[in-house]
Amino acid sequence: MVLGQGSLADWLLILPILVCFLFGSVLLMMRRQMHWHPPVAITGLVVLLAVDIALLVEIANSGPRSMAMGGWRPPFGISFVADMTSAMFLAVSGFVGLACGIYAIASIDSEERRYGFYPFLFMLMAGVSGAFLTGDVFNLYVWFEVMLIGSFGLLILGSEREQLDGATKYCFLNLIAATIFLLTTGYLYGIFGTLDMADIAVKAAEMEGQGELQTIAVLFLVAFSMKAAAFPLNFWLPASYHTPRFVVSALFAGLLTKVGVYAMLRIVLMLFPPEREAMGLLIAWMAGLTMVIGALGALSQTDVRRLLNYVVITGIGTILAGFAVPPLLESTSIITTGAASVIENQTAVMRATNLAAQGTLASGLAGSIFYAMHSIVVMTALYLAAGVAAFRNGSSSLHEMGGLWRRHPLFSALFLVLLLAVSGLPPFSGFWPKMLLVRATLAADLPWLAASVLFSGFLVTIASIRIFTLGFWRPLPALGRAADPAEAREIAEETFRAPPPGRPLALIPLVGLCLFVVIAGVWPEWLASLSYTAAGELLRPAGYLNAVLGDVR
Amino acid sequence: MEVAVAAVSGIMFSFAIYLLLSRHIIRMVIGVAILGNAVNLSIFTAGRLGPIAPPLIPSGLDMPPTEIANPLPQALVLTAIVISFSLFVFLLVLTYRAYQDLETDDTRRMRVAEPEDEGLPPLGY
Repeated sequence: MVLGQGSLADWLLILPILVCFLFGSVLLMMRRQMHWHPPVAITGLVVLLAVDIALLVEIANSGPRSMAMGGWRPPFGISFVADMTSAMFLAVSGFVGLACGIYAIASIDSEERRYGFYPFLFMLMAGVSGAFLTGDVFNLYVWFEVMLIGSFGLLILGSEREQLDGATKYCFLNLIAATIFLLTTGYLYGIFGTLDMADIAVKAAEMEGQGELQTIAVLFLVAFSMKAAAFPLNFWLPASYHTPRFVVSALFAGLLTKVGVYAMLRIVLMLFPPEREAMGLLIAWMAGLTMVIGALGALSQTDVRRLLNYVVITGIGTILAGFAVPPLLESTSIITTGAASVIENQTAVMRATNLAAQGTLASGLAGSIFYAMHSIVVMTALYLAAGVAAFRNGSSSLHEMGGLWRRHPLFSALFLVLLLAVSGLPPFSGFWPKMLLVRATLAADLPWLAASVLFSGFLVTIASIRIFTLGFWRPLPALGRAADPAEAREIAEETFRAPPPGRPLALIPLVGLCLFVVIAGVWPEWLASLSYTAAGELLRPAGYLNAVLGDVR
Repeated sequence: MEVAVAAVSGIMFSFAIYLLLSRHIIRMVIGVAILGNAVNLSIFTAGRLGPIAPPLIPSGLDMPPTEIANPLPQALVLTAIVISFSLFVFLLVLTYRAYQDLETDDTRRMRVAEPEDEGLPPLGY
């Protein structure tokens, strides 16, 4: 029942969480040495990113890996599993976390650091990493809550009235979503008698098509789409994401909603494929409405950050679109063959993965995963950039911004790159996943879904261009309102003469994130092939099952 | 027994949902507390309410000598209680702070973060 010591590489699986908790608690102990917080935290985030990348390389080379906590074998103990999907999400989250950590040195003052910005950041990262890595449904709930507690702390950093208002709505809605998740976990246990994902995957394939499984799949879909802010359950996001500090908004927009998407991929798609297929049309409608309503919401906003809130929602809809596509292959046997080939050798697994890569679902899923990677980076970068823009303008309202293009050409260029990327225009990273998604939805005979991907992209382009023309390109509105020419000249001299020193430190993470956007846009092959591998592994989880259950056989 | 417990948790769910639909935050907080407990109860029921002997194996034996209660749902519920209670306390403090600062606990009047009627975005320049 108890396994022996795992290999050294297995320990990589637990390291991301260990690093987060270690540095988080060290930072808590250093409450009186505030000036030491940034260097220690950045060290921690660099180590975290290094571990995440090492894990990604390891998974890319040798397939899914698992580690059983305390050596208890999987159906009894809690296992940590990483396949390509988890490793990719993990690596990008580490990247984004580091970017936000560096940005926070410039934007979070020492008083807010004293409230515990960095410890909360590590708690959030621990929750996110744990959610990506765990192979146990109840454990996933626990990591969700760890993440939630970290996010509560960050959300009310500063305790302004606006923040308290936003936080109240955020806390209630997320707590209810987590409770629905817990309830469903209870039912899952009642039916299967196990909470280990690999074990459930095998058992669910045996009892396919029973009504209870459909109920569970729907409940999971509700819980996770609330977490991810998909259409009918998205109202809490625009109510709260614009109230905290910019860097906190950036972290949330990048990571929290994507964890919901990841959980949906892992649980609804990997564990219940026939049930997901039965809900295909429902998910397709959800995706289409999320995209279009998010984009329309973005058009109606005056504040840059609230506009971006809606762009986040559009991104979630786009990710869901790839998720709704029915597979062309005979889908019902996907998991069964996966479970059967656990006993077969690795080459059969590889062949199954390649076969799956030809179906429309695989191509749609690859598009979704690719888009999620892009969305995590771009949304974080956009909020960080909006923070810089608001800092240099003294406002984030489109009524009051202006003239940034003339004062800060480099920063404006970065912002333009990000805006074009989020709209899905060609030379940047948003284009390729959208192309995959459109191709998959067309092949799956859902032309209206393809149309809504393109239409929402068009609306987001308009919203982005509005940010750029109003916030960056036009002259400063205060100039136009000045009473006489002398006053106007004074304002102009004051604003245009010397750019405020700003905080060059805040630009470094932005440049880094933009580099990712450009590289993934110009050379998308590596990311696309990783996404295809990830999608294939999700559809035929033989490797995953083998990693978890294989060594106890 | 299971039917009775399931019915009780159903009643608790309906109370919780009724309270959560309220406009006043303090009622919603109570709703969240009841919801958490209703969920715990249903997890407990999902793990089958069997014999009540404690799940302990005497030394020297490999298996329990008698039928024992299922320990796993208890472990799950214990974890869930700790988490939901701590979050409930956080929510309580947050509600109090929000009431102090916003001077209302009516969600319809809490519109600081999303002001009503803020006009159109700029349409041109």
